[in-house]
Amino acid sequence: MPLAPPITDIEQLKSHPALQRILGWKPEVITSVKFDREELTIWVDKVFIREVCALLRDDRTCPFNYLADLTCVDWYPSEPRFEVVYHLLSIPQKERVRLKVRLDGGSPAIESVTSVWPSANYYEREAFDLFGVRFTGHPNLKRIMMPDDWEGHPLRKDYPVEGYR
Amino acid sequence: MPPSPAIIAEPGQDSTLVLNMGPQHPSTHGVLRLVLEIDGETVVRLRPEIGYLHTGIEKTCEAKFYQQVVPLTDRIDYLCPMTNNLTYCLAVEKLLGLEIPPKAQWMRVLMNELTRINSHLVWLGTHAMDLGAMTVFLYCFREREDILRFFEMISGQRMMTSYFRIGGLALEPPIGFFEKLKKFADRFPGNVDEYEGLLTGNPIFLMRTKGVAKLSAEDAIALGACGPTLRGSGVDIDLRRDAPYTGYENFKFKVPVATEGDVFARYVCRVQELRESIGIVQQALAGMPEGPVKADAPKVVLPDREKMKTQMEALIYHFKIITEGFTVPAGEVYQAVESPRGEMGYYIVSDGSAKPYRVHMRGPSYANLQTLAKMCEGYLIADVIAAIGSIDVVLGDIDR
Repeated sequence: MPLAPPITDIEQLKSHPALQRILGWKPEVITSVKFDREELTIWVDKVFIREVCALLRDDRTCPFNYLADLTCVDWYPSEPRFEVVYHLLSIPQKERVRLKVRLDGGSPAIESVTSVWPSANYYEREAFDLFGVRFTGHPNLKRIMMPDDWEGHPLRKDYPVEGYR
Repeated sequence: MPPSPAIIAEPGQDSTLVLNMGPQHPSTHGVLRLVLEIDGETVVRLRPEIGYLHTGIEKTCEAKFYQQVVPLTDRIDYLCPMTNNLTYCLAVEKLLGLEIPPKAQWMRVLMNELTRINSHLVWLGTHAMDLGAMTVFLYCFREREDILRFFEMISGQRMMTSYFRIGGLALEPPIGFFEKLKKFADRFPGNVDEYEGLLTGNPIFLMRTKGVAKLSAEDAIALGACGPTLRGSGVDIDLRRDAPYTGYENFKFKVPVATEGDVFARYVCRVQELRESIGIVQQALAGMPEGPVKADAPKVVLPDREKMKTQMEALIYHFKIITEGFTVPAGEVYQAVESPRGEMGYYIVSDGSAKPYRVHMRGPSYANLQTLAKMCEGYLIADVIAAIGSIDVVLGDIDR
């Protein structure tokens, strides 16, 4: 099957429950949307990420009650450098949605979603450890994979594969 | 590496003691370290310490061609290599928009279910041994050995199979493979009866597991539990049924769910899954379609050896794939698969080149480990052992 071109027009995607919910609350928090390869991505203003997550979790018709994954992508050297990626799953409706937040490279920081899903704890620690993104309000933001005294954040694109010599 | 601070007790809590379990403890199933704060025999707090097996596979993937990542995925969750292969291949195929022939899809389902049985047998054996039932371990490894022989037969490797490739399978299954597998599949339900005969009604096993390490459905969802750990708490979700991939919609199977949320409930779910999986294997054997096992995409799939030696075109494609890889259209996908331990997800970002820009593995063990603290608090130290066994962690999957 040949790939269909991605849809970026918000009007055509309105029927998706997650998008519908956010549009009904505050349409201005959505920076852009993309529907590509059967997956919906919503870019959200970083200031509102926790509120958007809480909103989607508490939706009555389609509650996105499960945080499937949280990770980060480094787009070095372009700016905004980091993208924090949230994959949400609605267990009752079996729907998925991907939320994305763009962060600047200087001192990347974003509000933690551990108060929405306690499961975000490890994922955020991992993103902090390997990318150096700070999650404000996280109960225990420490390195999780690397030793506590490690220098640098290994999954950043400017970090050499063999480590600093 | 300086030792991380082991003391988690606050000043004034003189009655508690900090105990270090692992990373070389035999019942932590690998190099998992647990820092326990105990009051007598009761666990007050528990904190897992991980990272001892961190090898940076995600970073390594970014320096490899797409097809070179497949052998790396085997080494993540080493008890279910084919499930890892499958998730990765499905994700890249979704990025490419590649259609897979029916026989390859059915073979993927067949091998995936064998992998699930293999993984559950290791879990059952070690879990029972942790609780003092040595015999079950020997029984389970007897059948596991048979399955590993099937893996060797089909891929030349017992554990790190790399049998699924982007665009299909590595090889046609060998002659006589299906007949031997059919014999095994006919015999296996009887073997499950044997394991159940040793455990399900065993009063010692019941005392060690019933009502131990309880997890409510709300806590399980909030803490991100998945797979049998989530189904043991009464949440009915199975990605094979709810979001079918690689042709699972053609198979009939039940999803075992238990509501108690204790160690025994998770045991029941997994043992029932053994029976359902062998049912799927039987269905796959009965309805195996004929046809090629590789997609018709010469720029992505390596040509057969015979063609490569006789046809110029095939030789050129082979040379190009090996030396330059193949480019993948820019974009991103998240592919989730129901592994023996739960939702295994691969998030792949492509920038249009021959190497993945970012590969992230969402390990089910990583998610399930977060529930351990909640499960164990208030129970005895001996129950911690039962709880670790019941969430079935694989440390390669956690640390990556």
